[in-house]
Amino acid sequence: MKWSMLAAAAAAFVSLGASEALAGRDLDQIKQRNTLRCGVQGPSNPGFGVPDSQGRWSGFNVEVCRAIAITIFGDPNRVEFVPVTTQSRFPALSAGEVDVLSNNTTWTLTRDSNVNRFNQPAITFYDGQAIMVPRRLNVTSARQLNGATVCVQPGTTTELNLADFFRANNLRFTPVVIADLDELRRAYDSGRCDVFTNDFAALAAQRTLLTRPADHVILPERLSKEPLAVTIRQGDEELTNIVAWTTFALIDAEELGITQANVEQIATTSTNPVVRRLLGVEGNMGESLGAARPDYVRQIIRTFGNYGEMFERHLGTSTPLGLERGMNNIWTRGGLLYAPPAR
Amino acid sequence: MAESTSAPGRDLPGRDAPALPTFAVRALAFARACFDGPVNGAITLGCLALLWWLVPPFWDWAVTRATWNGNANACREAGGACWAFIREKFWFSIFGLYPYEQRWRPATMMTILVIMVVASTQRRFWGRGLLVAWAVAAPAMLVLMGGGVFGLDPVQTRLWGGLTITGVIAVYGLALGYPLAILLALGRRSDLTLVRWFCTAVIECVRGVPLISLLFMAAIMLPLFLPEGVTLDRLARVLVAYTLFTAAYMAEVIRGGLQAMPRGQYEAADALGLSYWKKMRLVILPQALTITIPSQVNTFIGLFKDTTLVVVIGVFDFFTTLRAALGDPNWLGFATEAYVFAAGVYFLLCFAMSQYSQRLERSLRPGAR
Repeated sequence: MKWSMLAAAAAAFVSLGASEALAGRDLDQIKQRNTLRCGVQGPSNPGFGVPDSQGRWSGFNVEVCRAIAITIFGDPNRVEFVPVTTQSRFPALSAGEVDVLSNNTTWTLTRDSNVNRFNQPAITFYDGQAIMVPRRLNVTSARQLNGATVCVQPGTTTELNLADFFRANNLRFTPVVIADLDELRRAYDSGRCDVFTNDFAALAAQRTLLTRPADHVILPERLSKEPLAVTIRQGDEELTNIVAWTTFALIDAEELGITQANVEQIATTSTNPVVRRLLGVEGNMGESLGAARPDYVRQIIRTFGNYGEMFERHLGTSTPLGLERGMNNIWTRGGLLYAPPAR
Repeated sequence: MAESTSAPGRDLPGRDAPALPTFAVRALAFARACFDGPVNGAITLGCLALLWWLVPPFWDWAVTRATWNGNANACREAGGACWAFIREKFWFSIFGLYPYEQRWRPATMMTILVIMVVASTQRRFWGRGLLVAWAVAAPAMLVLMGGGVFGLDPVQTRLWGGLTITGVIAVYGLALGYPLAILLALGRRSDLTLVRWFCTAVIECVRGVPLISLLFMAAIMLPLFLPEGVTLDRLARVLVAYTLFTAAYMAEVIRGGLQAMPRGQYEAADALGLSYWKKMRLVILPQALTITIPSQVNTFIGLFKDTTLVVVIGVFDFFTTLRAALGDPNWLGFATEAYVFAAGVYFLLCFAMSQYSQRLERSLRPGAR
């Protein structure tokens, strides 16, 4: 009796998993499966990827994946979101459990090389380790922090970057190490340390949870470079192009002033050849890229808006995270976002 | 009334049973026991002080200043516990990432699961009928969740989540692991050398590895070694790993029971001419399993709580869905409430298991039959 039960259960499972094949080029496989498998940070990452109360994923990284799905399929809903942890993300990508990682993975040489055989086609967010201090200390630069007590998570690159920064600037500091981020924030809030350090986006989220967020300021220095990039397996040029040029399209649209609200009007009235090419009104950019339809950019912008609109919706000053654009602004406005020409 | 039987031969007058002490008398006796000397008095006062120190602030946080309705800002203003957050995320913690429109399916499945589990705990249902019911219900529940037939939309197992997946992993893992554990325990004490070696090797290898790495191997590494084209669903792989782990741990508990049986029981069964399987089924196992109930339940509870480890491979179990809910930008900073709620749910389930095992122990005790 037990065995028949086991066999039936096994049969049910095998039939469920029958569509998971591990063969062929990545893009072909994605198209054959008819869905893009997108690895997002689990359990959740405020602003970047969070399941809402109905179990639907939303956030900046989530929309990046949906935009890629528009390029491949012309349909933002052909995405399966697979939560991965910081430990499981790379094995999951190598093993084909996911096709792309959109989970705040920093672009580094060892990851984007023959060692790990990954590919990081485009940066979606520029992060970096930052320092927060109470406003009453009247500190304007991290170089004034000699002798400070610093709240930091142990065993992370954050801790190492902190030590490097203070040593390089001949400063002394006393670390207060607490593993749990919530507890670390409480320690800082109660005045156990003068300084709270973490990656900028995370630090900004933590600031909103302090008793008086306005009494704290994040200093301009960045202790590390954390360019967060969409990550895929190495060896599929077509998928690399699609990921890169989907990201560039979001950036280009913002630079050209194309928004969710005006994209249709611009597409029909604009005489600017750059705009017309980007939106697929003339030329064959979509076809060159292997997109599902020539006006894929138009569809992306109509669905999600440009980079700036996505940023403001999930991370910007009107959200609880309250991030300033900073480095994540268009190059013409003092940021680092610069897309190669779409022609 | 009762004849004294303790001292036969002496003719003592019968005595009435002593009257049950009233509540006041018992309370007085309790109070006296708490202060019957300087040491006990000091300990009692210390405990009272500790309660005084812990309970009122907790009560103040959890009840007096708590917020039951409204949004995060209302919670932050009140300053107490934000139960509104738990209310908002309650169904998410039950169903996890399962498609919203299809939530009736895990709801139905959970209802069937609860009915089956409760029925299985009642001795009067024990028998062939229950096994048949499980044989029908177990695949039916998986089909209901997975879909793809009878007009049900297919739902990938990676979307199963919340308390539902905790229930599935725990019930299926423990139910499949238990018979396997009995076989492994018997095999380890077998006279056949090959069988004994094999069972010992399985038990030691599985037990010698942490569950978390076993899960990781099953979920992430295994697909790398499988031949091309051969795939197995991720949840199935997790279940296999969890079942093996359950079996290895349970097998050792059951082996303890087998070894505790007096030799006379084995010899008596042999003398009756029972075959090996009949001897085990009718004489040895019923006794061996009964005497090991406390340690079996101990292992069960431990294994049940271990289901939270599936988070490493991205399965959203009950605890993980609550942690995911913590990242909701509209509800940042209510970690304490989520953890208190999770602790409460796990405590209730584990306490129920423990209570049931005590009842079962009493009813299965030879003297009680």
